[in-house]
Amino acid sequence: MSEKETMMLEVKNLCIQFGGLKAVDNLNMSVKKGQLYGLIGPNGAGKTTVFNMLTGVYKPTSGTITLDGENITGKAPAEINKHGIARTFQNIRLFKNMSVLDNVKVGLHNAQKYTFIEGVLRLPRYFKEEKAMDEKATELLKVFELDGEKEQLASNLPYGKQRKLEIARALATNPKLLLLDEPAAGMNPNETAELMKTIRFVRDEFDMTILLIEHDMKLVAGICEELTVLNFGQELAKGVTSEVLNDKRVITAYLGE
Amino acid sequence: MSFIQYLVSGLSLGAIYALIALGYTMVYGIAKMLNFAHGDIIMVGGFTAFTAISSAWCPVWLSVIISIVVCTVLGVVIEKIAYKPLRNAPPLAVLITAIGVSYFLQNAALLIFGSDSKNFPSVVKNAPPFMLVYENSGVKFFTSPVDTADKLLLTISMETFVSIVVSLVIMAALTFFINKTKAGKAMLAVSEDKGAAQLMGINVNATISLTFAIGSSLAAVAGVLMCSSYPLLNPYTGSMPGIKAFVAAVFGGIGSIPGAMIGGILLGVIEQISKAYISSQLSDAIVFMVLIIVLIFKPTGILGKKINEKV
Amino acid sequence: MKKTTLNNLITCGMVLAFFAIFGGLSAAGILGNKLSGLLVPIGIYIILSVSLNLTVGILGELSLGHAGFMCVGAYMGGIFSTIMQNVITVSWIRMIVAIIVGGLGAALFGLIIGIPVLRLRGDYLAIVTLGFGEIIKSIANNIYIVSDKNGLHFSFANAVNPDIIDEATRQDIMKGPLGINAPQDTNLLLVVIVLMITLVVLMNFIDSKSGRACMSIRDNFIAAQSVGINVTKYRLSAFVLSAAFAGVAGVLYSHSITSLVSKKFDYNLSILILVFVVLGGLGSLRGSVIATVILYALPEIFREFSDYRMLIYAIVLIFMMIFNNSHASEILKEKVSALPIFKKRSANAAGGDSK
Repeated sequence: MSEKETMMLEVKNLCIQFGGLKAVDNLNMSVKKGQLYGLIGPNGAGKTTVFNMLTGVYKPTSGTITLDGENITGKAPAEINKHGIARTFQNIRLFKNMSVLDNVKVGLHNAQKYTFIEGVLRLPRYFKEEKAMDEKATELLKVFELDGEKEQLASNLPYGKQRKLEIARALATNPKLLLLDEPAAGMNPNETAELMKTIRFVRDEFDMTILLIEHDMKLVAGICEELTVLNFGQELAKGVTSEVLNDKRVITAYLGE
Repeated sequence: MSFIQYLVSGLSLGAIYALIALGYTMVYGIAKMLNFAHGDIIMVGGFTAFTAISSAWCPVWLSVIISIVVCTVLGVVIEKIAYKPLRNAPPLAVLITAIGVSYFLQNAALLIFGSDSKNFPSVVKNAPPFMLVYENSGVKFFTSPVDTADKLLLTISMETFVSIVVSLVIMAALTFFINKTKAGKAMLAVSEDKGAAQLMGINVNATISLTFAIGSSLAAVAGVLMCSSYPLLNPYTGSMPGIKAFVAAVFGGIGSIPGAMIGGILLGVIEQISKAYISSQLSDAIVFMVLIIVLIFKPTGILGKKINEKV
Repeated sequence: MKKTTLNNLITCGMVLAFFAIFGGLSAAGILGNKLSGLLVPIGIYIILSVSLNLTVGILGELSLGHAGFMCVGAYMGGIFSTIMQNVITVSWIRMIVAIIVGGLGAALFGLIIGIPVLRLRGDYLAIVTLGFGEIIKSIANNIYIVSDKNGLHFSFANAVNPDIIDEATRQDIMKGPLGINAPQDTNLLLVVIVLMITLVVLMNFIDSKSGRACMSIRDNFIAAQSVGINVTKYRLSAFVLSAAFAGVAGVLYSHSITSLVSKKFDYNLSILILVFVVLGGLGSLRGSVIATVILYALPEIFREFSDYRMLIYAIVLIFMMIFNNSHASEILKEKVSALPIFKKRSANAAGGDSK
């Protein structure tokens, strides 16, 4: 029992089938509270599909997903976010025509309690909460050194900063579990090193559990405590990072025979 | 009149809608734009044929050909001038441009021909209708008026007959062209992925021009057939059939060629049947109602492909 | 002050100034009957275009059925006023209630239509909204209402059976294709007041968490869901709000003309309003206001050239769209926005053009 209580995410026998194709087959995975967990594997292994099931974009064919003791299997994406999972996307999905600040404020949406009427009639609670949200959003942007660009359109940010903004927006929803889908994609080694620092900082500062998909082995080896390796939708290996990365099967899967 | 009679007139109207819808759907498939001006090409086709037939020297068959040529050229020119510069613009900008083209064609026709309706002479006016008459010995076939009104099963006017036959032939030819010829396959490729098609050596601009040319020539044929069956012709003649054909294309699954054919024919039949049995004033409302019900249960139309956004 | 708030105040100020100047000129008799007569319709069309901008520009969904909601408001408000003509004799009170009735009626239609329709997206949504607009128009074209001392008689598709009507007290309220004759309760002051309320409500909606939610859905549907936005709720609320104001505009319209017929509300009207919205700039209320004033007034002013004006209008429309999306306009925009007075363009107003 005691072990179960410290689990943030538990995935049991998770399967999804598209037509005849089993994209993810019988996946089991447990992420402890406060852990930095990596989900790796070659292209097409089904990693993003797992994320999509965890966040409700796809409904699993079978299996259960438990977040912090609550069964969230098959719930709608917005519901799952309210339960405490936030994510970033492999192909960045920002609100391009909104300002950087507003992107984060959309993340704070459910924290704002004023009603439609209060907003339209500009009653005191609107001003109070908007002001508080502006401050909170600016604070979050400061963490990612984006506060200088908060009035800019999100689409005008350079690529690396867009990735950061996506993380900031996800954090704004005050999640228990943060899913990062290839956060270092398209970054140079310096940017990656900086990103590693940021991810660790987020974990420590926000007391966050983080599950990430990544191809950059330096990043994976540098920050992930445990790993699950997927290959063709099935678990290939699982365990402490250093051991998994030295596993023969894993090396074969990545490099071929 | 019998149910079969309404069904046949529905088929004939539906065949015309299908021809227009084919133009809509082909252009949508390839240029990803709603060509709101497509309906007005029908009207241009009608006026061109009307003008040619009215002049004493021009035989009917030549008038139809002139009409097709004029519309084909017009379609290609419109694409080059108005749509091509906007190929990478947001879809709404292209839609508004198409609306502009539609206004342009309507008002140009208004200036040239005036606003009062012209009486379009049928392209098959001297041909007698077919009649199917039920007698003791079975169904008999007449081509001259017969005095057996009580036993009359079905009258098919020459216009109806020609509309159905011509449309079927064109649809068959178009299906063959698209699936079996190089140019047709190029059209499919461009509508699937413009960039990849270009890399494979397909001339995208020429293919798009070809699509507009085919779509507009179909509209010209539809215009002549429609004006023969429903002979009132004015600058706004094309606009409602254009919208209906748009509905038909969406109904069948926009972008799908067999979808446009099925959608067009179904729409014509539904319209004529509801005119006959429910209310002629409400027939348009019923057509839209059916469309809405279909889309609610099948959000991409009858034969439309489901497009899932990759996350 | 926040930049958005300042921008909104400027827009409101522009509208007020426009109507104050031209209303004043009209009252002083300088403007002439023809131009004076344009002020009320311009105000009504501005309400239509800014409310459509909420659906198209802020929510990012193409609606071609705005005229349908206007039709609902026009008839509901008009029928209400006609029936109540002898009950509520103070015209402005009757008119205010009529506006509320028409607005709520259109909102209700927006809700009923929105629930099934908003499952669809893009071009499918466009054709279905167009279809609903046409259905509403056709139905309105077939309703007959007659009142007499026994109460109201309704009929659909055929005129009310004359045998059941008491001819002495007969009053035709709705006459199928002949429409209704609502009392002439609309005046310029009322239009301007309603217009200002519309603008303020829409601006406040857009600059609040609801508006941000709608814009996030417009910009990225999947990401919006991933941060916990209830997509259905906000799409529906923007759609309903937009319909409600179209209904309000309809009430003003039906009370500003002597005879209202449903033919007016066909898809061409929806398209006309859409043209105002797109040319004014998606998501920019100020743009919608300016585009409406110019595009509505110009063809009316140039009625002398009646034969050519619509042709020229069409050509101008095509070339404006081509120019707007061309490289040349990008360069021009950069040069203009580099001028000191334009340095403060708000991110909110930039809209979804690049979607």
